[in-house]
Amino acid sequence: MAQRHDIDLLFKALADPSRRKLVDLLHAHDGRTLNELCQHLDMTRQGVTQHLRLLEAANLVAIVRRGREKLHFLNPVPLQEIYERWIAKFEKPRLKALSKLKQQLEKASG
Amino acid sequence: MARSTFVYVTYIRTTPEKLWSALTDVEYMKQYWFGTHCESQWTVGSPWKMLSGDGQILDAGEIVEADPPRRLVIRWRHQSKPELKAEGDSQCTMELEPTGTAVKLSITHTIEREPSKFITAVSGGWPKIISNLKSLLETGSIALQNAYPGNQR
Repeated sequence: MAQRHDIDLLFKALADPSRRKLVDLLHAHDGRTLNELCQHLDMTRQGVTQHLRLLEAANLVAIVRRGREKLHFLNPVPLQEIYERWIAKFEKPRLKALSKLKQQLEKASG
Repeated sequence: MARSTFVYVTYIRTTPEKLWSALTDVEYMKQYWFGTHCESQWTVGSPWKMLSGDGQILDAGEIVEADPPRRLVIRWRHQSKPELKAEGDSQCTMELEPTGTAVKLSITHTIEREPSKFITAVSGGWPKIISNLKSLLETGSIALQNAYPGNQR
């Protein structure tokens, strides 16, 4: 189990729409540079750098240096820990059915 | 970039020696790897293979670098599914770095093609394996018994 501190950093990192977008961007295509990520977000380079730093502190983003470039990779290991701690143990078939119903209804109305 | 890579990082409250042993000991591996295990002499140039619980060879290759308890590089190729085997060799690097009271474990797995079905296939399994390994080393028990708990009744 992760320490309390790690969990706090993780939920804090996920509690922001721009950071969740960065996680989605890396999920769609891993190993991107800061410049590539900046193209998808309407904010300053410094802003993106700061968000990435928080994601890195929460261990959601891993950095690999290749020559002069810094490549950002999504690290899903902490998400697996959230899944085990906060989802798997509360998971019930009825909850799944409810979630499916919600998705279908929203799809139908959207 | 004609290359597919994933990087997984976790911090485990243990020592590099214990973590190295957990990554290379057959009986220990079976506990957190859902019955799967790897066999090798763990020295440069020695053959390496991954076997399922029923003894089927899933992957095979060789040790490229071994620097216990710091760095292990394995070149391997999938064996059981033809479409994954066709993609050729992949390279898996495991790095162990002490950080305070924990060890940072970084696993980088790369194949020289993009997109890669192989990388997609292995990347689904790693988080569960790493999470189980962390739990086993820190608490003495694993977090997940089954790789796909959603499929259980």
